[in-house]
Amino acid sequence: MPTFVYMTRCDGCGQCVDICPSDIMHIDKTLRRAYNIEPNMCWECYSCVKACPHHAIDVRGYADFAPLGSSVRVHRDEEKGTIAWRIKFRNGQKDMELLAPITTKPWGTCIPQLADVAAPAAAVVDSELLFNEPKYVAMNDNALPTLKSNKLSLKEGVYY
Amino acid sequence: MTYKTIIEDDIDVLVVGAGLGGTGAAFEARYWGKNKKIVIAEKANIDRSGAVAQGLYAINCYMGTRWGENNPEDHVRYARMDLMGMVREDLAFDMARHVDSAVHQFEEWGLPIMRDEKTGVYLREGRWQIMIHGESYKPIVAEAAKKSADKVFNRICVTHLLMDDSKDNRIAGAVGFNVRTGNYHVFKSKTVICGAGGASNIFKPRSVGEGAGRVWYAPWSSGSAYGLMIGAGAKMTQMENRIVLARFKDGYGPVGAYFLHLKTYTQNCLGEEYESKWFPALTEMVGKEYLDTENQHLSHKPIPTCLRNHAFINEVNAGRGPIHMVTMEAFQDPHLEEIGWHNFLGMTVGQAVLWAATDVDPKYENPELTTSEPYVMGSHATGCGAWCSGPEDVSPEEYFWGYNRMSTVEGLFGAGDAVGGTPHAFSSGSFTEGRLAAKAACKYIDDGKAAGIMVSDKQIADRKAEIYKPLETYTVGRNEIVAGSVNPNYINPRQGLDRLQKMMDEYCGGFGVNYMTNEKLLQIGLKKMATLGEDLDKIAAEDIHELLRAWELKHRYLTSESVFQHTLFRKETRWPGYYYRGDAMKLDDKDWHVLTVSHRDRETGQYTMEKAPLYHLVDEA
Repeated sequence: MPTFVYMTRCDGCGQCVDICPSDIMHIDKTLRRAYNIEPNMCWECYSCVKACPHHAIDVRGYADFAPLGSSVRVHRDEEKGTIAWRIKFRNGQKDMELLAPITTKPWGTCIPQLADVAAPAAAVVDSELLFNEPKYVAMNDNALPTLKSNKLSLKEGVYY
Repeated sequence: MTYKTIIEDDIDVLVVGAGLGGTGAAFEARYWGKNKKIVIAEKANIDRSGAVAQGLYAINCYMGTRWGENNPEDHVRYARMDLMGMVREDLAFDMARHVDSAVHQFEEWGLPIMRDEKTGVYLREGRWQIMIHGESYKPIVAEAAKKSADKVFNRICVTHLLMDDSKDNRIAGAVGFNVRTGNYHVFKSKTVICGAGGASNIFKPRSVGEGAGRVWYAPWSSGSAYGLMIGAGAKMTQMENRIVLARFKDGYGPVGAYFLHLKTYTQNCLGEEYESKWFPALTEMVGKEYLDTENQHLSHKPIPTCLRNHAFINEVNAGRGPIHMVTMEAFQDPHLEEIGWHNFLGMTVGQAVLWAATDVDPKYENPELTTSEPYVMGSHATGCGAWCSGPEDVSPEEYFWGYNRMSTVEGLFGAGDAVGGTPHAFSSGSFTEGRLAAKAACKYIDDGKAAGIMVSDKQIADRKAEIYKPLETYTVGRNEIVAGSVNPNYINPRQGLDRLQKMMDEYCGGFGVNYMTNEKLLQIGLKKMATLGEDLDKIAAEDIHELLRAWELKHRYLTSESVFQHTLFRKETRWPGYYYRGDAMKLDDKDWHVLTVSHRDRETGQYTMEKAPLYHLVDEA
């Protein structure tokens, strides 16, 4: 279901152009507004719909199998940390509003800057451990599992 | 040529493609390479790129060792069974023992992971899957990658990897072009971690016309991980192991949460359970070791995904389609109904749109399922990808050459779909593989393995000419005709893609032939592939956007050629339900309990195939 852009709502800001994973939201050079240049490479991922500050982008079901007349709209809010959906059926008999969290933390504040974390000791560099391991593997003091610790070996041949 | 050449020099770790694998790599590289120069080159915008761009409603690979749920070897045995034995178990064990540490960090970063209200334990969808509100999964992990990277180059289509001109078979960086400015970008780097993704759209999709982008794996998954690595001469493994998905019809909405959490089930058009009646004959094909219907419940082994597909396909062929998902029972519970819808909105909005458009309310109507066209990838229930070294403390000699997740090209590492033989990694496992590759890449540099790399001006100039050739082909050939897209001198990317998809479908076992092929068909297919290869030298691009599509097609082509070669090599039907070799309809453990490994010569394009031994994890006596 390819996206399309409402003429009166789009101001040509380019947020959709910036985010589209498929590189199909482009600015029309004459109208200076965005549009979907290649609908058959659209995954209906809604990245552009969510990114549009004016809700100017919507989706119309793929012409090859989706009848006209229904609607799935969305509002994503990083400050509130939520995403709100409204699904309206074609026959008008179902009209659902659904809300989900998109994060549990103030947006973008809880991701570590690894450049500022103390450098790993030489012994750790030569081990199989990754950052925050072994602690984060099982959130305890256990060592990282190995073949030996788990009493395993790798054998060539046919095993099921 | 008016496009500028922009050179980024002295890179230590270049991440090509920042989906879940690439973001994991960039994030982790900073810890092991405090002073190293880490650069990301991404085709789209890393906030919404890769297979997880849209979000996910579950993390499908989580052990839960902290709650005593599973050990890494349990997951390896599950993956082995699901893939009919064909898994690089050293890589799979390594991924599984690290994966939980990635998930625990995601939660700290703000990813909403659902927990059981009473016990506080992550809410399970199935034995390996946990449920998340993952609409912003990708932007959250992208933030971690951005914090670690020195520079992020968005909108760079990487077309080729650079090779060292001073030492054979050693990586030296990558080149590509900016899909907006058109500028030529050269990244000179000591190591490359390739996370450029698996392949959708190489087999003809069921969707047609405007809907052709409605595929299961993202349409921007252009097989570039394979195209780039094959082009650099890296050995590949298990490329015949394409995957077919049983999914909600047309929208390809996921069924995992429906089966596992909502406890929905399938039936034929008569309302009958149909799977079990196909199993006796199937046991004859694959052997009791892989499908033992009488004792399956005792062994606790899962029924492999491909075998369930087989029953589906055969039931439809017997005239008792469509297969329905029985949702009408579960959806009477308003809580489960809400989960069913959230599941789509979190990862496949298109399915929700389709049901709204067609007035399918799963509370009152059981939706149809279908089997998809095949996909070539290495992180879901299949293991296509590069032949990579495993970790030192786990891997046997044949699987180890110094650096974890390094391909057979020195300094070229893989993550996610790029690494072969590691199915069931999914998002969290791909991120983990990126982390493993990053640590190993830093070690490779610190060990002095990247000393003395030289990239000649000629290599850079030759690649530049090659990259922009489709624009020139268009300019030269265009004016010979009045107008339109029919030209005797060239084909455009869409025409080339249509031809590739038709060929893969008809000769390599697509849905159009019920996933059937044989030696004769594969040989004809390879002959036609050779001429398509010649025509791709004459592909034309009208603008920079079409140039992007032209190079995606070239990557898909290299991927497809490899799939053909591997499918031809493995003379058995290992995964009924994924594809069939009509001339060898049985699973053959005597000759084919092995991994297939290919090498395409960088200069000549000639393929050589070999078998590699399979090692399995067994309990110490």
